[in-house]
Amino acid sequence: MARYILKRLLAMIPTLLGVAILIFLLLRVVPGDVVEARFMTQGSQFLSQELMDIERKKLGLDQPMWQQFTTWMGGLARLDFGVSMWTGGAIGEEIKLRFALSLQLALMASTIATLLAIPLGILAAVKQDTWVDYTVRVFSIAGLATPSFWLGILMILTMLTVFKWVPPMVFTPFWVNPWENLAQLIWPALAVGYRYSAVGTRMMRSAMLEVLREDYIRTARAKGLWLKLILTRHALKNAILPVLTVISLEFAFLLGGLVVTEQVFNLNGLGMLFVEAISRRDYTLTQALVMLVATIFLLVNFFVDIAYAWLDPRIRYS
Amino acid sequence: MKPVTRLLALAAAAWLSLPLNAQTPRNGGELVFPVPSEPPSYDGHREETFGLIHPIAPFYNTLLRVDPNDKSGTKPAPSLAESWTASADGKTYTFKLRKGVKFHDGAELTSRDVKASYDKIIFPPPGVGSTRKGQYSDVAAVEAPDATTVVFKLKEPSGSFISSLLSPYNFIYKAEILAKDMNWYEKNIMGTGPFTFVEHVKGSHVVGKKNAAYWDKGKPYLDGFRAVFMRDSAAQVAAVRGERAHIQFRGFSPAERDSIVSTLGNKVTVQESPWDCILLVGINHQKKPFDDKRVRRALTLALDRHQASQALSRIAIVKAVAGVQVPGTPFATPPEELNKLAGYWKDAEKSRAEAKKLLKEAGVPEGFSFTFTNRGIPMPYEPLGVWLIDQWRRVGLNVKQEVVEAAAYFGTIRKGDAQVFMDFQCGYIVEPDLDMYKFLSTSRNPANYGRYEDPILDALYDKQSRATNPEERKRLVRAFEKRVLDDEAHYLMTLQWHRIIPHSAKVKGWTVTPSHYLNNTLDTVWLTQ
Repeated sequence: MARYILKRLLAMIPTLLGVAILIFLLLRVVPGDVVEARFMTQGSQFLSQELMDIERKKLGLDQPMWQQFTTWMGGLARLDFGVSMWTGGAIGEEIKLRFALSLQLALMASTIATLLAIPLGILAAVKQDTWVDYTVRVFSIAGLATPSFWLGILMILTMLTVFKWVPPMVFTPFWVNPWENLAQLIWPALAVGYRYSAVGTRMMRSAMLEVLREDYIRTARAKGLWLKLILTRHALKNAILPVLTVISLEFAFLLGGLVVTEQVFNLNGLGMLFVEAISRRDYTLTQALVMLVATIFLLVNFFVDIAYAWLDPRIRYS
Repeated sequence: MKPVTRLLALAAAAWLSLPLNAQTPRNGGELVFPVPSEPPSYDGHREETFGLIHPIAPFYNTLLRVDPNDKSGTKPAPSLAESWTASADGKTYTFKLRKGVKFHDGAELTSRDVKASYDKIIFPPPGVGSTRKGQYSDVAAVEAPDATTVVFKLKEPSGSFISSLLSPYNFIYKAEILAKDMNWYEKNIMGTGPFTFVEHVKGSHVVGKKNAAYWDKGKPYLDGFRAVFMRDSAAQVAAVRGERAHIQFRGFSPAERDSIVSTLGNKVTVQESPWDCILLVGINHQKKPFDDKRVRRALTLALDRHQASQALSRIAIVKAVAGVQVPGTPFATPPEELNKLAGYWKDAEKSRAEAKKLLKEAGVPEGFSFTFTNRGIPMPYEPLGVWLIDQWRRVGLNVKQEVVEAAAYFGTIRKGDAQVFMDFQCGYIVEPDLDMYKFLSTSRNPANYGRYEDPILDALYDKQSRATNPEERKRLVRAFEKRVLDDEAHYLMTLQWHRIIPHSAKVKGWTVTPSHYLNNTLDTVWLTQ
């Protein structure tokens, strides 16, 4: 098992290096830079080339590309992401600020999704082709068809129209004021969690249906085992593998990909930071965020692989 | 009715009939407002975005300010300077500073601080960027002969010098700090303003609290303010509609205004003003057939601005038909005179017939095709782009629109590949020097992407800039306007932006102006409850 884990960890290094090269080059292919984004978009009357040159020099954009790349890679090797080209603030700080919110939202949405997806998927499989199954299918298809940001807008409008209330505008950490924290985050968590549960429900249902047709389930039933025991001890453990993959990857996505939902609920999360960094051509921040998200995806994949190996002993031997 | 009762009733009636602004300001409360953009740094001398002004201006004072009650946003008023005089030759301006003004660290403000701040703006040392250096090219020196006197020596007389000191970006910094580190103010805040800095949570908010030692006794009225960064306009509308925020100082669209008013009814006050921002149509003079002024005139003659004003003002943040100055401001051309310019005629059919004639004379065939480059921002670029294309089609031109992503836009048009494109300018004050600089020859202003040279236009600009007699200056501004918009049709104006501020009726002491960069010191603002 230790060898298996080591192999998986080592495989991450070339992947991350590839991501680093790709994002560095792609950013510089896109027209415009941070200085143009900062000074040329405000309709300024007295903008001079001299000012643009001073600013480019300050940011090291006057250096050759290879030098910029090696400086960045040197920093990465020391886990120093540098400073944001837009704000001049340390990138670690910029990310840390948003990470708590994004992580909490991802955890809340994943919890909601898991709590909905697993029981509903099992229920739909067990009650296949009954009204229960149809209801769950309609519920999950509606979830798939409804973008979470749209659901978010509907939620806000409903709260505003019916209760004359909107969620708080500023993030308060849970340990500072749990009520204020939940009043802000529960709505996006519900909107995102529902959408995300729909994928899991359908996956759970089909995996469960497949497992329930297996010989060992039939044997367990023939032995007269209690249905609840068959489902939890024999069926669920085998059916949950694909669902685990989906939920884990979605979790990684939620950490940095909730751009529109964050915008609708005015959440100061990583998704918005990502979009702003790109639109401002903040190379250093974008590069750091891409590396962060890539690392999260790789780590989540890694843990899923470990969980697979733990749930299915055949995997670690192969 | 007893005499005493009658007297009381009369007094109550008189109080009720007072204009709102004449009510006695109430102390207390926290003003909450969304800001659609976040400041990249805190240095007003370096940045050029309302994202800096809205949350950061309350921490600072400037030498002069725009009168906070002046709707035209052009009238100078004292701030740190309590009075000023100009020499007879118009080349020396002397400012007397207020006594007893303290920085937030307790140090007293002197003329040394003003000189150091303006030296940083006008004569920045090598390696320090100043966005507005070019605006003060007429200034020869800034002097501080004694602790309360500041003298600006000009190379030439200037009609716009006092206006240029009204810039809300020209925060007065502490000389001692600047002497140690010119870039200190990029990451730190320390001024003399009505509010002191509490915190800035990046991506989230800025908080300020009342400066109890503020030099203007009795002000500010608010206990503090909270500026919340909110990029999405739907979220901003929800915040105002849900009464989580009192006001958003940049502006809302007509539909957003209507939705706020429909929810809040009499709990909301709406202030509107022409906005000192405009989308211009740039024409690349180096691309054929746009080097021919007949073709450029045809492009402007094709536009029915009066009809567009009625239709587009319902869906977009544009309204007034305008020349080179914001309507209703001191140097703006009156409508009856403006309507004589090409493209401003009331008779659209006559105008379009003239456009077709000019195109024919210039040898441009029916159905001639060109590309119009537009910026990838929905409001108001998108509706104005659609309108322009439709108008040009009506004179037989076939226009293809190319939309370029916002951040890459100016880099793209600067290259000179675009034929006809949307350009933009926005000012912190309505002032001919600022608003007309855009149109100077490319050799004088590289931000003129029309790529033309017009020495006559440049000379007119210089003359009006040096004219200290307002009437003489008005005449020169009109001549400039006629040349740039009609005779040569170097640039085309679309419609003046229209600023709409629906805010909580609890907010008092704030007046809308044509600039979303003005009136953000918040010292005069108060809340009724």
